[in-house]
Amino acid sequence: MNDFVERRIALRWHAPRRAYDVLIIGGGGHGLATAYYLADRHGITNVAVIEAGYIGSGNSGRNTTIIRANYGIPEAVRFYQHSLELYQTLEEELDCRFMHETKGIMWLAHTETQMRAEGARSLLNLACGAETVMITPLEAKELCPQLDLSGGGRYPVLGASYHPAAATARHDRVVWGYAQGAMRHGVHVAQHTMVTGLQRHGTRVTGVETTSGPISAGVVLSAAGGRVSTIAAHAGVRLPIRTHPLQAFVTNSYDFPFPGIVSDTELLCYVSQTERGQMLVGAEFDAQPSYSQRSSFSFLQSCAAKVTRLLPFMRDLRILRQWTGICDISADFSPIMGQTGVDGFLVTTGWGTWGFKAIPAGGEQMAQLIATGRTPALLEPFRLDRFASDHTMADPGSTGTH
Amino acid sequence: MWITCPRCGGRPVEEYRFGGEVRGAAAWITDAALRDVDYVWMYDNIEGVTTERWFHGAGCRRWLTIRRDTTTDTIVA
Repeated sequence: MNDFVERRIALRWHAPRRAYDVLIIGGGGHGLATAYYLADRHGITNVAVIEAGYIGSGNSGRNTTIIRANYGIPEAVRFYQHSLELYQTLEEELDCRFMHETKGIMWLAHTETQMRAEGARSLLNLACGAETVMITPLEAKELCPQLDLSGGGRYPVLGASYHPAAATARHDRVVWGYAQGAMRHGVHVAQHTMVTGLQRHGTRVTGVETTSGPISAGVVLSAAGGRVSTIAAHAGVRLPIRTHPLQAFVTNSYDFPFPGIVSDTELLCYVSQTERGQMLVGAEFDAQPSYSQRSSFSFLQSCAAKVTRLLPFMRDLRILRQWTGICDISADFSPIMGQTGVDGFLVTTGWGTWGFKAIPAGGEQMAQLIATGRTPALLEPFRLDRFASDHTMADPGSTGTH
Repeated sequence: MWITCPRCGGRPVEEYRFGGEVRGAAAWITDAALRDVDYVWMYDNIEGVTTERWFHGAGCRRWLTIRRDTTTDTIVA
């Protein structure tokens, strides 16, 4: 993070002490939110967050900032709806403006099959408290006048599911807001401190080895994103996680307002406009696991071909920059939160390509779990042992692209 | 990223389909049921050199095994 930003938002870094009650690996949204809620809701302030790079340098600073709750299974809808509602009041709570803007998301359908899938999704969402309605092509055109309803003659729009509560927010600012909030309560945040191993005593994890020396802790939580498998392996924990690259790009500024977020579950791409007017395009994650954070030209080609068919005005824009994050994708496309079977070691992972929207709820619920020792009802379905007990939360259609 | 197919030569990764890491059952897990759970659900997800299967779908349509460094996406062998 640059000096200007650090001065403006008054972040205070700490050299880590030798021991803490709770130690969180990973200074991204989930790690810092958990630290904030531990301190603010539960009065647990002897907490440290250690980050290998600078805070928000991983997927928290690389996502496409979409907040929505239109998932495909009841447990997930409830969880993300709670997160979406927390986001709506978060600016006041953290006393930090992060440009939260409710703009609505539409998921376009081009086939009868997809129309049925979206119809089912909207009914399930309504039943679980997240407003989603089916709209006609003309209503879609009214919401987004730039849309070509013939899809360039190739992908005609038959309808869409519309989730009006969807929002976007400035992602770095969310991370800084949580960091600031946690620091106000006395939480230590150490940047450029990399975990090289876990300390174990018998069957229990009792601390971490870092590049700044060993730190012992009552509870160690991994909120490390794409590198979670490597960290968990130090504790002998195996995870149903593969680390895949997820790419995105922005164009130069489009001079007209582009309302809402347009997503296409069949073409697997989505478009929104940033606060600076740039058009932000994302798509599905790369097929092969990788830790390289490398972007590809073929990604730009394939996305450009899709979005220019749906939104012809984008032909006149230029690609400004592209980037890649490495995402912890779980085997059933749902997050994994809570105990790992090893005492003193917890994970919040499986955030794949859908973690930004879950930061407030994930942090709040993980803090409650750590403070009380009991798994809150919202987290219960997302325990790691669901794989062994055959209760997986398969929801690829809701998460594969976002 | 390019992968060298023994039949077709070097071709871009888009022609291939990823077929998973090569691994056996986790022999150190003594409970047979838990070993099956591990085999079905858990991944090694190695940050470094892995051995994996790829399918050359848009080429010779045959399988090949490569060793790849996942931190740099370079093919080791």
